[in-house]
Amino acid sequence: MAVLILAKHDNAHLNEATGKAVTAATAMGGDVTLLVAGENCGAVAEAAAKLGGVTKVIHVEGAEYAHRLAEPLTDLVKAFAEDYEHIVFPGTTSGRNVAPRLAALLDVMVISEITGVVAPDTFERPIYAGNAIQTVKSSDPKKVITVRGASFAAPGEQAPAPIETATGPADPGLSSWVEDKTQVSDRPELASAKIVVSGGRGVGSEENFAIVAALADKLGAAVGASRAAVDSGYAPNDWQVGQTGKVVAPDLYIALGISGAIQHLAGMKDSKVIVAINKDEEAPIFQVADYGLVGDLFTLVPEMAEKLG
Amino acid sequence: MKILVPVKRVIDYNVKVRVKADGSGVDLANVKMSMNPFDEIAVEEAIRLKEKGVAEEVIAVSIGVKQAQETLRTALAMGADRAILVVAAEDVATDIEPLAVAKILAKVAEAEGAKLVIAGKQAIDNDMNATGQMLAALLGWPQATFASELAIEGDKAKVTREVDGGLQTIEVKLPAIVTADLRLNEPRYASLPNIMKAKKKPLEEKTAADYGVDVTPRLTVVKTTEPSVRKAGVKVGSVDELIAKLKDEAGVL
Repeated sequence: MAVLILAKHDNAHLNEATGKAVTAATAMGGDVTLLVAGENCGAVAEAAAKLGGVTKVIHVEGAEYAHRLAEPLTDLVKAFAEDYEHIVFPGTTSGRNVAPRLAALLDVMVISEITGVVAPDTFERPIYAGNAIQTVKSSDPKKVITVRGASFAAPGEQAPAPIETATGPADPGLSSWVEDKTQVSDRPELASAKIVVSGGRGVGSEENFAIVAALADKLGAAVGASRAAVDSGYAPNDWQVGQTGKVVAPDLYIALGISGAIQHLAGMKDSKVIVAINKDEEAPIFQVADYGLVGDLFTLVPEMAEKLG
Repeated sequence: MKILVPVKRVIDYNVKVRVKADGSGVDLANVKMSMNPFDEIAVEEAIRLKEKGVAEEVIAVSIGVKQAQETLRTALAMGADRAILVVAAEDVATDIEPLAVAKILAKVAEAEGAKLVIAGKQAIDNDMNATGQMLAALLGWPQATFASELAIEGDKAKVTREVDGGLQTIEVKLPAIVTADLRLNEPRYASLPNIMKAKKKPLEEKTAADYGVDVTPRLTVVKTTEPSVRKAGVKVGSVDELIAKLKDEAGVL
């Protein structure tokens, strides 16, 4: 038994979702090999070698891997697939892009967004936007899996595992990268932040989101948003928390002006402590909140930010 | 060019899903079924490309039970030109896995000579997020998943994708697969005259066997359970009380 994981990174930093995938892989049994593919990503390979539970790192350099394009990455992972029973991807947009493509090339079913490992061939995964949990058993010779990071803990550190270098197959040349538009921010990453402050439709406008951001900055928190807020143009798409956005499980989740639609709850209900501030005391968010405060967020949130000072 | 749009019949997104007490699955008896919302977005995008003169024909395909005819009629009423129903299951509770769906779609795409497939990024029932990527693999085509913008430029598609860090724009050579994310467009409602017209549009019926595809599932569902329920906590009366609780009781500040 052996597990291969495709590490998620931006060529400079290892994404924390990779560590969560290592934790899940450890539960599947066998040696865990991390495949680090990118451009000038030597530092990432070194960081990957220190993740507790990793047996070996394979480091592949190539310009075609720099922007996580699906076709070259899939061909690369396929070239190593023979030696492994489990091929695991962090449940990031990149992992979700590549894993099914690989599974089809191997003629196996992908097992998406697992939240639990019951046995090496049996996994739990949410369906219907988290309204049901399905336990599935795979009869395929290889299991191709994406791991929902919020459901697994980060691993500890270890003395570095050995790093091997390798080369990949030729780039199929089917796609090319044009540009990235990423938000440059000093705030922690939404998917892995200890505290998340999110705003919903109740925030009312893009300008008013400054109130949400101010509280987040006071707490050293990431900023999130509901789908309603994103669809209304108040917040960028990568802030979206929910079944179709990011799934988060911070120590503290503060929901401001968020009613609590089921698809939003699916993205944050595993948070340790949930706080809701909303003027509508009947809002469904209060049914999952540990602490609810009914009132006007435009006075309560600045007050809270000030008193935390 | 011809555009193929796969559509799935799923439980309507407004329906509260109920897990059966015996753990055998989700109760689909007498619940409203609709087109998967991401597939509606895909249909809309294909129709817009036709309206712009980029595409000549939009073909909607559904794979599943006979009742998926209704889903295809919806696509036709929105503006698709014709439809293909591939019957692969008799029981409405049977979900055909993305791998088998992709194998059938690959045969349809080849038979039709489609140059673009626009699919929803995932179905809101099994939440697999897999069919588009699997189809791309089987056809050896490039894929542009989670699209929020799509433009056809010569023999390429320029696609902006919603990724974890923000947006990524890529170019893929045609033929290609694009999967639609929420913000690609706002799907139109079918007008009554168009619903009437859709009844006369061609809807071809096939079976999985016609394409020589084995739809036996690779994953066995052991059980389906309710997610753990979170209990409501307490209401606090002031910001001071909230901060005190977070510091002293919850210990998160």
